[in-house]
Amino acid sequence: MTTTIDSLKTPLFDWHVQAAGRMVDFAGWSMPVQYTSIIEEHLATRTSIGMFDVSHMGRFLFRNVAALDFLDRLTTRRVAGMELGKIRYSLMMNGSGGILDDILVYHLEHLDGTPFVYMVVNASNREKILNWLKQNGDLDEWGFSDQTCQTAMIAVQGPKALDVVAKIVSPPPAELKYYTGRTTELFSAEAIVSRTGYTGEDGCELIVPAGKAEQIWLSITELAEPLGGRAAGLGARDTLRLEAAMPLYGHELTEQTNPLQVDIGFAINLKDREFIGRDAIVAAKADATLPVRVGLELDGKRAAREHCGIYVGDQVVGEVTSGTFSPTFQKPIAMGFVSPSVAKPGKSMEIDIRGKRIAAKVVKLPFYSRTY
Amino acid sequence: MKPEELLYAETHEWVHVDNSSGDKIATVGISSFAVEQLTDLVFMELPESGTTVSAGSEFGEVESVKAVSPLYSPVDGEVVSVNSSLPDNLEILNEDPYEKGWIIKVKLSGEESLTKLLDFAAYQKQCSENG
Repeated sequence: MTTTIDSLKTPLFDWHVQAAGRMVDFAGWSMPVQYTSIIEEHLATRTSIGMFDVSHMGRFLFRNVAALDFLDRLTTRRVAGMELGKIRYSLMMNGSGGILDDILVYHLEHLDGTPFVYMVVNASNREKILNWLKQNGDLDEWGFSDQTCQTAMIAVQGPKALDVVAKIVSPPPAELKYYTGRTTELFSAEAIVSRTGYTGEDGCELIVPAGKAEQIWLSITELAEPLGGRAAGLGARDTLRLEAAMPLYGHELTEQTNPLQVDIGFAINLKDREFIGRDAIVAAKADATLPVRVGLELDGKRAAREHCGIYVGDQVVGEVTSGTFSPTFQKPIAMGFVSPSVAKPGKSMEIDIRGKRIAAKVVKLPFYSRTY
Repeated sequence: MKPEELLYAETHEWVHVDNSSGDKIATVGISSFAVEQLTDLVFMELPESGTTVSAGSEFGEVESVKAVSPLYSPVDGEVVSVNSSLPDNLEILNEDPYEKGWIIKVKLSGEESLTKLLDFAAYQKQCSENG
């Protein structure tokens, strides 16, 4: 439970420490893995509101909106010609077909009406993607700047999240469609509000100047707590996204994984466009042997973890990439990659958990879908 | 049992040795500090009675939502009793880690390992330094 001295700190670091957050190093940042209990923070997000400091995520600004055409050559999904207000989830691939990162691309306008492009990348991949962008274009031409350290990012998630945020953000974020965003004035500064998240709940994310972060965080906390809302750490963020079957970089998404294996067709546009990695996706379409992502439910209470082997009889058919005990369903769930021949929902298999074979079956993803 | 009267391993197991029946029987559990650090316990695996354990070796494991942690035996001997109701009632570890939350009882084969354990004050100091 120690933090190395040179870990980066988000603008909310002091708040986390004061709230008895258990700080751990995550991708070079000192982040709270939990405050009181992962299960409690998870369930608060499912039933009310979870507040997450996600300031460690990399945030890139492109002042020249022609950057959309530049980025379009690097993204599996079309971002060229994106309408104002839209946000797209996409992957970036290397030339050999592996996934460099999963990202969000925003096309928004400042309060004064000037349009801009924004990008959010994983904390662990910030340097890599920065270098990848430099390798593929002239960043000065796109008016690029890394905004990670001068801003904070706060995710407010859960069935009551939008109501609470509406008390300080105008117009109310419920007026935004899913995966759209806008700028707004918040405590006398420009902020980005978007209807996005990584928990399987409705909610929004705020990108705010670093100097305003604590004030904004405190005012949302004050509104959320009486409704059963609470701050939630990276532990709950992981169990929430796993139940919602959202892939996580380093687990379901790696430089050794082809996007086609991950079953995220919505993030791949092949038609009438070229991008780095496209050929590898086309080639993967013709390969019926590539392991594919599946959901798994396990018997008993023991959770499968990353790298556990998946077996049918004596044969290894795949490997677990993420697993946990699901706080919502009160049983172990996992995602992994298995041969397509055994990837059908209902198929029985076994998972090797530290030398013991545990019965499991393939289930349809996601494990959890919200009902509102 | 009062936590002040127990011995502790650096790996957070506690030990209480009872001589009253002739054999030396060590009761082993995990400290409230450990339970608090683990949080969100969901699974525990325990050995069978009759299993031989040695100091510093794994005798079981406890799993939280986040991770698996091995349980290390603080003593040498043979497991003579296991708290079999514990795995299905892990909340007992939160409520009463030093009485109802005992994990195994071990008939000691030697006492050398006891000399390496920490007393309450030394254990407290370890927790506050590394917590």
